[in-house]
Amino acid sequence: MNRSIQWNISLRFMRVWHRNFIVYKKIWKINFLPPILEPLFYILAFGIGLGALVGHINYQGREISYVAFIAPALLSINMMYNAFFENTYASFVRMYYQKTFDAIMATPLSVSEVIVGEIVWGATKSLIATAIMLAVVSLFGLVQYPYGLLVLPLSFLAGMAFGAVGMLFTGITPSIDMFNLPIFLFITPMFLFSGTFFPLNDLPVWAQKIALAFPLTHLVTLTRGLCLGVVGVNLLFGLLYLILFSLIFIPIALRAMHRRLVR
Amino acid sequence: MIMMERHPHIIDARDLRKVFGDFAAVDGISFHLLSGECLGILGPNGAGKTSTIRMIYGSSPMTSGSLQVFGLDIRREWRTIKSRIGVCHQENNLDPDLSVLKNLEVFAGYFSIPRGEATQRAEKLLRFIALDHRRNDTVTSLSGGMMRRLVLARALINEPRLLILDEPTTGLDPQSRHQVWEKLDQLRTDGLSILLTTHYMEEAAYLCDRLIIIDHGKILVQGKPKDLIREYAGRDVIEVLNPDSELLDFVKSSQFMHDSLDRRLIVYGQESDHIFEKMADHYCVENCIRRMATLEDVFLRLTGRDLRE
Ligand SMILES: Nc1ncnc2c1ncn2[C@@H]1O[C@H](COP(=O)(O)OP(=O)(O)O)[C@@H](O)[C@H]1O
Ligand SMILES: [Mg+2]
Repeated sequence: MNRSIQWNISLRFMRVWHRNFIVYKKIWKINFLPPILEPLFYILAFGIGLGALVGHINYQGREISYVAFIAPALLSINMMYNAFFENTYASFVRMYYQKTFDAIMATPLSVSEVIVGEIVWGATKSLIATAIMLAVVSLFGLVQYPYGLLVLPLSFLAGMAFGAVGMLFTGITPSIDMFNLPIFLFITPMFLFSGTFFPLNDLPVWAQKIALAFPLTHLVTLTRGLCLGVVGVNLLFGLLYLILFSLIFIPIALRAMHRRLVR
Repeated sequence: MIMMERHPHIIDARDLRKVFGDFAAVDGISFHLLSGECLGILGPNGAGKTSTIRMIYGSSPMTSGSLQVFGLDIRREWRTIKSRIGVCHQENNLDPDLSVLKNLEVFAGYFSIPRGEATQRAEKLLRFIALDHRRNDTVTSLSGGMMRRLVLARALINEPRLLILDEPTTGLDPQSRHQVWEKLDQLRTDGLSILLTTHYMEEAAYLCDRLIIIDHGKILVQGKPKDLIREYAGRDVIEVLNPDSELLDFVKSSQFMHDSLDRRLIVYGQESDHIFEKMADHYCVENCIRRMATLEDVFLRLTGRDLRE
């Protein structure tokens, strides 16, 4: 209603999270498949196929195999995809086609709680998928523990960041087909140029600077550091970046969704 | 209880307005709903029915005016108010990802009803709407009438003190419609306060103690269905197909309430007018229909006969 109904956020958002969790559990076997199979496919294609061509890669003064180089990137991309797609396509379907948000808005929840519940759920999906993928990748000895465990909380934080961006697009997109645009302009360039499949240093300097603006670049650096067990203060910068990114984009996403839903 | 006595009005709306851009969908309406009453908002498509009730169940901020529900200000105590209201939306918004039973249980969660309690209530409500045998089915496998009943059950999961229904039977076949009416009648008899919108006169006449007829965001009239009929359509109605000029002149000179349409004359008479006797003998041979006045006469007379898109 007035400002208070719009922005009021209590722990009730967990009710929305719980609703999504119940639906997720129903088809958990199908939900578990992609994070198990995807790394296997990539390791097969890149490790055995491409890896033979590339050989070893020099990363921060260390010689590592190509597979060890891309495994953390796969984890990071997986975090990005899970949260972003959950809070774009899936949230949009719930909002627009299923009218689930309308139904919930007639209960004691505020609009903000619905949206925060959706974003936190997206982050949770990122966490679950990361846990599975991390286990698979670890079987190939590509993760150093105990630092590798920190990838889990990181996947939640990354989920919040990318989920918030996804939710922002959900708030402003006129139709579900238009999600192609942010995917083409935002997700795909990051997928390719965030130090994922080749080191950032191989890019021209100007491109490196642009890449530093991408949240995925920082996420890949962080995940790679944790997986390889090379942890230093330099990682704090990326962490700070992702936290700030979330803190900025969550309110923007909430605002966009308010514009859309509160009429 | 004390609060109840000090606020016998379940809803108290004063000069309520809802403006979209520069278009006033609700243009200064005032009304109240008494405890235990069933109040109907009647109006053609686009009259502002949905816009009005959306403000009451807290999904739409009002542009201006004052609105108290259960004696509480919707602007400040929206959460308390919303926790005591049950809502059936106009469009079906059951959760297609969940089974029939889960739809109710998950919805109970939004009201912070503990899980055991939620299951108990859900089972009871499924029996009430005669859907307990379908508890594990997906909602998409239900018929339209079943879905409506499930929406009704879902609106009751928080044991509301006010039930709000937006066109509860639009699009249903007659059997399903009567089934929904029967359930609503039962709830009304149990003392639940009900606010509903409709454009079915039969529904309004059957269910509502009091009616508000709105159009273009404004209240045209309000009152008990019987009183409205008597005042705006009389008791007896004669419809004459292709009336001749003699008849038209007679009706005009006798000052009966009437509507003269393209090919039809409709005359409305109070009990004392004795229109059946006065007209039937002289003018009605075979092109006349005699009937009782209905709410539909009132509605059409007040809102006009033009098509609404
Ligand atoms: N979100 C909105 N933005 C702009 N106009 C709206 C919106 N919602 C409703 N309207 C307009 O307000 C008027 C009343 O709509 P509504 O309350 O849905 O009518 P009813 O429920 O009586 O059919 C309609 O002309 C409709 O087009
Ligand atoms: Mg409507």
